[in-house]
Amino acid sequence: MPAFLAHPVARFLARRVVYSAIVLLGVMVVTFSIVHLVPGDPVRIALGTRYTEEAYTALRAASGLDRPLPAQFVSYVGSALTGDLGVSFRTGQPVAVSLADRLPATASLAVVGLVIALVIALPLGIWAALHEGRVSDAVIRVGSQLGVSVPDFWLGILLITLFAATLGWLPSSGYTPFLEDPGGWLSHVLLPGLTVGLVAGAIMTRYIRAAVLEVVSMSYVRTARSKGLPPRIVTLRHILRNALVPVLTIAGIQLATILGGVIVVEVVFAWPGLGRLVYDAVAARDYPLIQGAVLLIAAMFLLVNLVVDVLYAAIDPRIRLS
Amino acid sequence: MTLVDPSLPDPLPHEPGVAEPADGAPVPPEPAGRLSAVRLLATNPVTVAAAVVLVVVVVLAVLGRWIAPYGENEVDVVNALQPPSGAHWFGTDELGRDVLSRVVLATGVSLQVALVSVTFAFVVGVTVGIVSGFTRGWLDTVLMRLVDVMFAFPVLLLALAIVAVLGPGLLTTMLAIGVVYTPIFARVARASTLSVAVEPYVQASRTMGTPSWFTLGRHVLPNISGPLIVQTSLSLAFAILSEAALSFLGLGVQPPSPSWGRMLSEAQGFLGQAWWMSVFPGLAIFVTALAFNLLGDGMRDVLDPKQRTVIEARRKR
Repeated sequence: MPAFLAHPVARFLARRVVYSAIVLLGVMVVTFSIVHLVPGDPVRIALGTRYTEEAYTALRAASGLDRPLPAQFVSYVGSALTGDLGVSFRTGQPVAVSLADRLPATASLAVVGLVIALVIALPLGIWAALHEGRVSDAVIRVGSQLGVSVPDFWLGILLITLFAATLGWLPSSGYTPFLEDPGGWLSHVLLPGLTVGLVAGAIMTRYIRAAVLEVVSMSYVRTARSKGLPPRIVTLRHILRNALVPVLTIAGIQLATILGGVIVVEVVFAWPGLGRLVYDAVAARDYPLIQGAVLLIAAMFLLVNLVVDVLYAAIDPRIRLS
Repeated sequence: MTLVDPSLPDPLPHEPGVAEPADGAPVPPEPAGRLSAVRLLATNPVTVAAAVVLVVVVVLAVLGRWIAPYGENEVDVVNALQPPSGAHWFGTDELGRDVLSRVVLATGVSLQVALVSVTFAFVVGVTVGIVSGFTRGWLDTVLMRLVDVMFAFPVLLLALAIVAVLGPGLLTTMLAIGVVYTPIFARVARASTLSVAVEPYVQASRTMGTPSWFTLGRHVLPNISGPLIVQTSLSLAFAILSEAALSFLGLGVQPPSPSWGRMLSEAQGFLGQAWWMSVFPGLAIFVTALAFNLLGDGMRDVLDPKQRTVIEARRKR
């Protein structure tokens, strides 16, 4: 065993990294297959009415589709790891460039959505757990159930109907980069952010409630209570502090989900992010772009999970030492 | 790594659906437990209400053709974009089609997609899960890494990728939704199988040399049915939402079949002038998904042994 693995934290980290790499390789098999599972010839489909013999041969060679499958996969993995995700069938632009253009819009929407979700879910989830079985708990549970069941794009449409079409307070769609015009950015991001945040907040409320309830049932909480500590101290020092770990996980997973899962909300609000890009790529059958976007989103999901796991271990020694 | 399906409303249930008495002795599968489970379910007014709503939804799906006042594609341009009235309870759309009739007639398609896709996910996922949990070893490792890979894709993104490969349509929609909800069934089935596999009655069955498939079918499957039933109900809710999302994007159910998601996408051009075009189809999706979610939640309270003791203790008080 290498010397740097002697420390339990290093061993834990190494295990997580290797594990994520294996899953990432599996993800690449899936994204690689996208092009090869298409019935018919993806190049011919992509060319459509622009088909000529020369264009066909050129595009096929440019995308490497004329080589044997294993060779194609190896070179796919190699190029993907160095940031080369191929060239868009439709625009001829490198896929990595298209993705990089769209990432800031999705990232800003995800961050705003997550902040709104946390503002809703943290107080409600904690309150519900500390008042388990009371009326307020029931109301919060019903409220979160409503939020979990609402289609996000319908919620977006309702918000547009109310705040944009009827009241005229906020723009119904569009995007302004934050650095160009912070005010314009905020007015554009509020409605989609609220749509994402309300749904994510409802999901997180349930997880946070469950996480806090779990801690409340721990024996150290009972001990703290029975030795006569004031309830406020028990709540702050023993319950909330320990509930922080699962809450962090939940927030991380939600961030990853929002990053990759806001396709429909982005379409509703004409938000020029990754989701909208995927949608356009699917509609245009632009397979290299679909491939690249799906890979990027899945890789981001794995990365966020890895970071959460590392933070988890940093906060809670029980995890890294077990 | 904590790759929990984020779309799940609650952390995964890990308990088998069988209550254990205080002395820890195993309880063999017994039909009497099911009966009391139904009785317990009936004591929760929310669960009963959800079940009633779902019965109505099923009736609309089956008898919609006879209930709907107009045909789904009956165009009446003279009466286009009419607000709700006696003749058109939910108003009319931009072609003068009756929104109520279209909402009613779309119920069947939505429910059909949800049922077929969740059945697919259940059969494949549960098979993978119990084989994985029962055999352990390298097969378990391989299958669970595959499940991890599938969990790395957001649900709608994976469904979109499948539609991109196979082309939009009813069958593709069912397959795409079925595939994306398969891993969650595999996880739930495996976790439950792991805890049931160490029970004495399973050990005894294995020791007696019973074939694995018989032990799995006779002893394991009935005893992990609780969490699986709960997961089925919750997945039906998500399947309804996913179908609506795919159809909204124009990649799910194709015209001329009416679909709730597609109606919402058509309504987008008339948000300021015809609120009824977006409110009623959305409400249909919302209420159906909510009913499946509430039913699943109610069943979790009854079929999850930990929760069950809580309910029973409360009833005794």
